[in-house]
Amino acid sequence: MEYVIEMLNITKEFPGIIANDDITLQVRKGEIHALLGENGAGKSTLMSVLFGLYKAEKGTIKVNGQVAKIHNPNDAKKYGIGMVHQHFKLVHNFTVLENVVLGVETVENGFLKLKDARERVEKISKQYNLFIDPDALISDISVGMEQRVEILKMLYRENEILIFDEPTAVLTPQEIDELMKIMKNLASEGKSIIFITHKLNEIKQVADRVTVLRKGKYIATVDVATTSKEEMSEMMVGRKVLFEVEKGEQKPGEVILEVKNLVVKSKHSHKNAVNNVSFKVRRGEILCIAGIEGNGQTDLVYALTGLTPIESGSLLFKGSDITRSTIRHRSVSGISHIPEDRHKHGLVLDYNLAENLVLQSYFQKDYQNNGFLKFDAIYKHASDLIKQFDIRSGEGVNSKTRSMSGGNQQKAIVAREIDKNPDLLIAVQPTRGLDVGAIEYIHKKLVEQRDAGKAVLLISLEMIEVMNVSDRILVMYEGELVGQADPKVVSQQELGLFMSGSKREVIE
Amino acid sequence: MNKLLKSKGFQNASASILSIIFGFAFGFIVLLISNPANAVGGFLTILSGGFTGGMKGLGQTLYLATPIIMTGLSVGFAFKTGLFNIGASGQFIVGAFTAVFIAVRATFIPTEILWLVALIGAFVAGGLWALVPGFLKAYRNVNEVIASIMMNYIGMYLVNFMVVQTVFDAARNQSMTPTRAIIPKVGLDTLFNGSNVNLGIIIAILVAIIAYIVLEKTTFGYELKACGYNRSASQYAGMNSKRNILLSMVIAGAFAGLGGGLLYLAGSGKHIQVVDILAAEGFNGIPVALLGLSNPIGIIFAAIFVAYINVGGFYMQLYKFVPEVISIMVAAIIYLSAFSLFFREQISAFFKKRTEGK
Repeated sequence: MEYVIEMLNITKEFPGIIANDDITLQVRKGEIHALLGENGAGKSTLMSVLFGLYKAEKGTIKVNGQVAKIHNPNDAKKYGIGMVHQHFKLVHNFTVLENVVLGVETVENGFLKLKDARERVEKISKQYNLFIDPDALISDISVGMEQRVEILKMLYRENEILIFDEPTAVLTPQEIDELMKIMKNLASEGKSIIFITHKLNEIKQVADRVTVLRKGKYIATVDVATTSKEEMSEMMVGRKVLFEVEKGEQKPGEVILEVKNLVVKSKHSHKNAVNNVSFKVRRGEILCIAGIEGNGQTDLVYALTGLTPIESGSLLFKGSDITRSTIRHRSVSGISHIPEDRHKHGLVLDYNLAENLVLQSYFQKDYQNNGFLKFDAIYKHASDLIKQFDIRSGEGVNSKTRSMSGGNQQKAIVAREIDKNPDLLIAVQPTRGLDVGAIEYIHKKLVEQRDAGKAVLLISLEMIEVMNVSDRILVMYEGELVGQADPKVVSQQELGLFMSGSKREVIE
Repeated sequence: MNKLLKSKGFQNASASILSIIFGFAFGFIVLLISNPANAVGGFLTILSGGFTGGMKGLGQTLYLATPIIMTGLSVGFAFKTGLFNIGASGQFIVGAFTAVFIAVRATFIPTEILWLVALIGAFVAGGLWALVPGFLKAYRNVNEVIASIMMNYIGMYLVNFMVVQTVFDAARNQSMTPTRAIIPKVGLDTLFNGSNVNLGIIIAILVAIIAYIVLEKTTFGYELKACGYNRSASQYAGMNSKRNILLSMVIAGAFAGLGGGLLYLAGSGKHIQVVDILAAEGFNGIPVALLGLSNPIGIIFAAIFVAYINVGGFYMQLYKFVPEVISIMVAAIIYLSAFSLFFREQISAFFKKRTEGK
C-alpha cells in the first residue's frame, strides 16, 4: 500500500519529558486518518514536527515515499501540507478573498490583482460545496464559516495533505455535521486528511483508520470500521496501575451548594459555555466534575466563584441565594477556591509568601486594625501555615512566591484556602503540573477536608484523579452535564465514552 | 556584609547611583563636544550642583525639588497600581490654577489660612482632573495613557482660558500675584538666605511619607499593589479592582495638583503664563518616579537630585555655556538616570550569578 505521509520512529524530547517516543504514523492517499489521544499524549507535538515547527531528535519523514526534510512551515507548504489550526489565523477586517490570497498574492506592477484569485476561490468553493462569499468580511461571518475559509485557504494553495487540529471544538452540532460532509468530500477528491481529536463519535463518523497515542507513546493503528468505541477508549486511556488514595467511607450530609439551570455565555463563540447545568454538592462528599479540557468547566467555576457573571439560573449556598453576590461575599461566607491557573489567579507572584497567605483574609480583624496591616500577626500566621502544610521555600515567610517551585506554590494556595475553614472547597485541577509526591499530598488534603465534613467540588481532567479521589462523578461535555457515575462501579472506558460525547444520559 | 550587598534596598540604591554615574559621563561628553576648553570647569560646577551657591544654592535645590516630588509621587503612586499616569502635567496646572484662583479671589477667607485653603483646593482639583481617565480606565478599559494625555491639553487650554477670564494680569500676559496667600517660610528663608525655599518642601516630604505608609502599611496599599502586580489575582481575592484603579488615579492626580499649588504659591515670582506649553514639572515627574523606583522615599531623593542638577546647570552659565547645552546636559543625566530599572536587573543578576558560582 502506498503512503502519502510517513512519519517513522519520531522521537521528540523536551527538557524533562519525552513528548513523542518512537512514534510512527502512516497515512494513505485519500483517507481520513484520525489521531487520537488524551491531552498531553503528544498529538500536537507530532503534528508540529510534521509542520516544521519542531525538529525531531530521531526519525524520518517521507512524503510520497521520498525522504522529506521539513525544517520550517514553508518547507511543509512546499510538500503540500496544510493545517487548519484550532484557533483560526484570519485577519478579521479583511474579506474572505483577501484572507485566502494573503501570502500568495498575485501582483502586477506592485498592484494587487484579485480577478483571477476570485475566480479560483469561487470555483473551489463550488467544487467542494463550501458556499463561501468571497467578499464577506471575516468579522461578519460565523465560526463555522471561518473554518471553511481556512479550508479554502489550504485548497487554494493546492495542498494535498490537510491537517485538522481539533476542528469541532468550536462548532455547533449542525456545523459539525456539515464539516464531516466536507471532510468526506475532500477525501473522495483524493486529498489526504489527518484529523486530530479525542472525540470518538467523530472518528466513528468519518475516519478510515485511527492511530492512538498515549503519554507520548505509539499504541496502535487500527481500522475504524472494525474497532468499537469502547476498544478505542481503552487504547486511549490505558489501564495503568492505579494510584490508590486512602479513603474511608463517609456519609454525605446536608446540601451545601445547589446549582439550578445555570447558563454562562461563552466569550469566544455564540454557544453557551455552560448550558443549563444543575447539581448539588453535599457535606462530606467529594463531587468530581470530569471532562475533557475546554468543555465549560472553567466557565462553570468562574460562575460559582463570581469571577464571571451568570446569564441565567441560580446558585444556593447554605440555603441563601448567591447568584448575584460579589466574589468577596462568597469567599467570606465560606467558599474556598483553589484556582486552575495558580499564576494568574492564585498568587501575586511579586508578593512574598506571608503576604500571599493573607490574600483572602488581610481585611479581617486578625490582620488589620483601622486599615493598618498587623504585620506581626501576618508573619506569625504565615510561619504557622508553613509548618502545618510543609511549604518549602528559600527564605521562609519572606520568599517571593515567584521564586518558589510549582508544588510549593500550590501547597501555599491549598494552605490558604483550607485555613479559611470553608464549607465548600472548589479545587480546579489542583494537581496539574505537579510531581507524584505533591499530587499525593494534595489528594490527601482533599480527603481530609471531606472527612472534616466539608463539601469538596473537584474539577479534574485526569482520569486517575477522577476515579480515585471522588465519591461521585458528573461528566461535563460541551457545557452540559451528560453523565453521572459512581467511581466504585464505573469503568474508565465508560467514563471515556461520556467524556467524548459518545454516550449521554439524563441527570436527575 | 554579603547580606547587605544582596539586600533589596542596597541593590535598588546602587542601581540608581550607577545610572546617575552613567548620566554624568554622558553629560561630560556633551560638554567636551560643545566647549572643550571649559568642559572640566563646567562639569565640576554641575557636579557640585546645589552646593555651588552655598546655602542659597541648597535652598534653591529644595525649592525646585518641591513640585517634582509631588509629580514624581503622582507618577510613582499610580505606577504601583499598574497605571501609567502621564497626565501629571494637566493635573499639575489645574491644581496650580485652582490655588491661584482661591488665593486671589477668595477674599473672604482670613489671610492666615488662605494659603492652606488654596492648597487643599489644588489637591482636590488635581484629583478631580484625574478622575476622568481613572473612571474611563476602570469602567470602560480606555487606555489611561491616551486619556490622560488628552486631559493634559484640555487642562492647559482650560487653565489659559480661565486665567484670562478670572485672574488675568493683562500687562504681563500671566496670572495675578496671589499676595494674600503665600506659603509661610517658617524661617527657612533665613537659614537658606536668598533662596525661595518655604514650608512647601516640608509639606511635600510629609505627603511622600504618608504615601509610603499608605502603600506599605495599610490594607488599602496592599490592595493597590496587588491590583498593580496582578489584576486577575486581586479580583480572585475579592478586591474591587475597578474602585482601586479609580482611587489610585485620583490620589495620583491630587498629588500632582498639590504640586502645582505648592509651586505657584511659593511667592517666588512665578506666575501661570498664558502660553500653549504643557507644564514641564508634570513630565519631570516621570524620570523622578523611575529614578526613585516608584518608592515614595526614593522619590524624595530622586527629586532633590534632579533639582540639584538643575541648580548646577544654572551656575554653569558662569562658564559661558549657552542654556541649550546646559539643558541637554541636564536632560542627558536625567534620561540615563531613568535606566535605573535596567541596572537593577543587571545588578541582581550579577549577584545571583556570583552566588551560584560558589
